[in-house]
Amino acid sequence: MHFGTSAPIISVQTLNHYFGEDNLRKQVLFDINLEINAGEIVIMTGPSGSGKTTLLSLMGGLRSAQEGSMKILSQEMCGASKDRLTQLRLNIGYIFQAHNLMTFLTVKENVRMSLELHDEMFNQDMDAKSIEMLEAVGLGDRAEYFPEKLSGGQKQRVAIARALISQPKIVLADEPTAALDKKSGRDVVELMQKLAKERNCTILLVTHDNRILDIADRIINMEDGRLVDAS
Amino acid sequence: MFRKLLKRTQLALRQLMKEKTRLAIAIAGIAFADLLMFVQLGFEGALYDAAIKPHRSLQADLVLINPQLQTLFAVKSFPRERLQQALSYEGVESVSPLYFATGQWRNPETRLSRAILVWGVDPARPAFKSSEVTQNLDSLKQLDQVLFDRASRPEYGAIGEWFKRDGSVETDLNGKVVKVKGLFTNGASFAADGNVIASDSTFLQLFRDRKPELIEVGLITLKPGTDLEKVRSELIAGLPNDVKVLTTEGFAQIEKEYWANGTGIGFIFGLGVGVGFIVGIVIVYQILYADVSDHLPEYATLKAMGYTDRYLLGVLIQEALLLAILGYIPGLILSLGLYQLAYAATLLPIVMTLERSISVFILTIVMCSASGAVAMRKLRSADPADVF
Repeated sequence: MHFGTSAPIISVQTLNHYFGEDNLRKQVLFDINLEINAGEIVIMTGPSGSGKTTLLSLMGGLRSAQEGSMKILSQEMCGASKDRLTQLRLNIGYIFQAHNLMTFLTVKENVRMSLELHDEMFNQDMDAKSIEMLEAVGLGDRAEYFPEKLSGGQKQRVAIARALISQPKIVLADEPTAALDKKSGRDVVELMQKLAKERNCTILLVTHDNRILDIADRIINMEDGRLVDAS
Repeated sequence: MFRKLLKRTQLALRQLMKEKTRLAIAIAGIAFADLLMFVQLGFEGALYDAAIKPHRSLQADLVLINPQLQTLFAVKSFPRERLQQALSYEGVESVSPLYFATGQWRNPETRLSRAILVWGVDPARPAFKSSEVTQNLDSLKQLDQVLFDRASRPEYGAIGEWFKRDGSVETDLNGKVVKVKGLFTNGASFAADGNVIASDSTFLQLFRDRKPELIEVGLITLKPGTDLEKVRSELIAGLPNDVKVLTTEGFAQIEKEYWANGTGIGFIFGLGVGVGFIVGIVIVYQILYADVSDHLPEYATLKAMGYTDRYLLGVLIQEALLLAILGYIPGLILSLGLYQLAYAATLLPIVMTLERSISVFILTIVMCSASGAVAMRKLRSADPADVF
């Protein structure tokens, strides 16, 4: 593929992370080194409790990194303040295992909430943009529905639309197919892959699901808080 | 900035509207709390208004009273010559004495006696503003003829009805036979369940132990265009300090002060308002807390997307304020209805004042904001790193 010339979009060096304090302090991430380039789709696998979600939440600015170095979009996030973490989140699309759509908003409004975070969007037709994005995930005709009327796969597609609409450089996905059946799970990741390639967006996807490994450009494996070489 | 606000998805409103049942319960709860507060404040206000109604209907610019006079049912007198002294001051047009005392009125039908407030006025000069009193002053000139307050409690007998039918009613007041020769309207209060107006001579006959030279209230009328405050300060400086010089409103405030602070009444009604307020806080808090708890993962997602804590707190405050407004409106309407009912049942002058409707509205806002502030603690626990 054609990456490698520009600086990596995610660069992690000798990252350690601990939970708890004093006597109860427990190390959960050990000496993590990882580089991900623009446009790459990386899948991270590993048993539960191996620290995948913790690493993902650090990269997504949901937690503050403690030790080592973690550069996201060329910004050092180690020891970053709460405000800077919030700022970082604006540039990242998150897709969770549960879709977490607002039940009291329509599908379109859910997607719109992502646009409203960006001041410049208020001069544009946010509704039209949201519908356009929903069309891209094949749900253009469901824009005015409430999430409860949609199937699990459809909800996850809305979540993808919400994560991608503000053109994030990075999409982090935490087991996006775990709650879906085989067919819809496959559809969802293929959709993610397609949209990411179109927008030159980097994806880091955590999964247990072996059926979707083939969409990855690279697979990394985590065990007991350490990255181990995958074949 | 404001346009941007309008273009935003109205999270608070949408969230409230989604759960119609919960919203209805919240509105009912706030309306109930407001109703409680309105009723307490309404009765309190009505009782004070009733207590000071005679003061406010006095036909005078300034009044003289004994400095120790606190309420109408505890009579304190002062020498009548102070009133004559006042007459010599610049700007004073006329003066007249006013006596009052509590007498025993016998119900002509049941023969049961009951305490009633008796006023002794100079029949040559109107002491009360009421035109009914002024027109009937002449009939008071004859001894043992009185005017009766038709808004007195019914325990005195249906005097008004009998008077209209027969043109005169005879009964026993303080052991003497008196004739009712006219009616006026004042109403019952704390100090008196009813009122009777007599001439000063009749009054002194009814109350044998009273001396004509000791009066309760001195009414002073000023010449038109006179500076009231100036005359008042001159009188205060010039007269001996066995009298107090007040405006009629100042006189009314002394009576009100007595009931508000000298008795448990102010405290009891204040407590009632407090209970309403706390009921409101608990209800709104329950609703907001349930809302936040139900939507915790969604709130956490919003945070993960990049929404700030401040934005979410703003949503919660908006919800609280929306609830305040939505609950206040039915609360106000219900209270107006209840005021009507209470007026019909008690004859107390219970009315909605602008001041009261504003202060209850402010209390509602404070109530909802306080609940919102407590529910915020729950919102802070919506940490995206912990929720997922």
